[in-house]
Amino acid sequence: MVPDDLLLETRDLTKDFGGFLAVKHVDLRVRRGAIHALIGPNGAGKTTVFNLLTRFLSPTSGSIWFEGRDITRARPAQVARQGVVRSFQISAVFPSLTALENIRVALQRARGGTFRFWRSDRVLEGLDGRALSLLADVGLEDQRDVAAVELPYGQKRALELATTLALEPSLLLLDEPTQGMGHEDVGRVAELIRRAAAGRTVLMVEHNLPVVAGLCDTITVLQRGSILAEGSYAEVSRDPRVLEAYIGAQA
Amino acid sequence: MTVRARAVLGYGLLVGIGLAAPFLVYPVFAMNVLCLALFASAFNLLLGYAGLLSFGHAAFLGAAAYAAGYVTREWGLPTEAGLLAGVAVGAGLGLGFGALAIRRSGIYFAMITLGFAQLVYFLAIEIPWTGGEDGFQGIPRGKLLGVLNLDRPLVMYYFVYAIFLAAFWLIQRTIASPFGHVLRAIRENEPRALSLGYEVSRYKLTAFVLSAALSGLAGALRAFVNQFAALPDLYWHTSGNVVLMTLLGGMGTVTGPSVGALLVGVLENYLAGLGSWVTVITGTVFVLCVLSFRRGIVGEVRALVKRSF
Repeated sequence: MVPDDLLLETRDLTKDFGGFLAVKHVDLRVRRGAIHALIGPNGAGKTTVFNLLTRFLSPTSGSIWFEGRDITRARPAQVARQGVVRSFQISAVFPSLTALENIRVALQRARGGTFRFWRSDRVLEGLDGRALSLLADVGLEDQRDVAAVELPYGQKRALELATTLALEPSLLLLDEPTQGMGHEDVGRVAELIRRAAAGRTVLMVEHNLPVVAGLCDTITVLQRGSILAEGSYAEVSRDPRVLEAYIGAQA
Repeated sequence: MTVRARAVLGYGLLVGIGLAAPFLVYPVFAMNVLCLALFASAFNLLLGYAGLLSFGHAAFLGAAAYAAGYVTREWGLPTEAGLLAGVAVGAGLGLGFGALAIRRSGIYFAMITLGFAQLVYFLAIEIPWTGGEDGFQGIPRGKLLGVLNLDRPLVMYYFVYAIFLAAFWLIQRTIASPFGHVLRAIRENEPRALSLGYEVSRYKLTAFVLSAALSGLAGALRAFVNQFAALPDLYWHTSGNVVLMTLLGGMGTVTGPSVGALLVGVLENYLAGLGSWVTVITGTVFVLCVLSFRRGIVGEVRALVKRSF
């Protein structure tokens, strides 16, 4: 693998929660343009890795590199502004804001002038066109004036994805994007992710193996905080250690 | 009725009452209510829109009152400079307290602000020029722009009223500004706002300083109205009172805090003959309010209007 091809890399990443090693010496390499899945049984440390990558947690040791820059000590908002934007396991929307306003919060940041408390919010109307097209991309154009709290679960997740995409991230981190969804919604969200992944890199934690098989080109299997195996779905799914630890653990 | 028409009607009514007030009630009382209304509105900017419960806002109100009194009585500066001094002291203290307090949230945030406010209170007792228990007395009202004599009650009243309206406009503008939108997003889901790349603490601090500066304006204005600054302004009881006024009127509504301030002002003024029973009565009203209409007066009215249209 050519190192230049790497968008995100962790070196010897370790997180110690008071004696419990949630993440142990993880060397994760995410290639530019990949749809990369992080899978593993419950408690394998997937979400902790996400929180470390987005700097919601600080690693005990090791380093994180994005676009060849060391972001191990950057603030969460800085990481986001550099293009690493995450979604959350539990859908993260701004509940009392409308769908349109949710998107505008994201667009506003790129627009700037967010400290101008003396300006009228009419200046934000300039963002409506872009916000509406983002809503239309996820099939929410008819819900523009509905408060996010009133949207059904699947639409909340779609809104969250649209909000994330509004920032045009170069690395999209999705934490269990299909969790808690019915069969129909899973298919729709998987399709959304496939389209969103065009021209960018995606790293996702996902339990739904058919979704992983259909979407992802690289899969990293975590177990008890360490990388157990890595490769394509075909490779990983034949690996006896994975079968034992992951599939076996589920049976 | 459209939202806009309702808003125009509501504001028109408020402006009308404000213009007529000095002919209906004792002007000094009306001015005190306006100052408290401004104080509560400034407080609500922080609590209702940034979701931060400060328990130390008395420090901004009180310190600004002393500052405004000092620069006018001791240095002979004009009233306008006194008001600016009050705003500056409020903002300065707000920046200092806020920078440390916003590192924590919830009850810890409230306790840090309370601690700082108590610090200012004890400083005011110790510093000789504040007059200690007697307060800082004999603050001159002066002349507005060197021309209008503010010792005349009506002139003073309309001066206070004009400043109140301007500050009130600024507060509601802030709420509806691009900044206000970000503030709401942070209040609703802080981790999400952070993950969208917002430096959350800077927005909180800006809101804190704005709220403190406007509280300072209210304090300075009140020092000129009453012509003294006194220790009770700085006491934690004042910090509690502003929470009460805001919740009573309706936290997170634009006009609620003013309504709350009016109600508390009326209770304290017209029931003053009952002595310490006033505290019992306001306490009871507060408990009833929190138990039975949690959205506050304006909040409940708004919900009612929303349902029936």
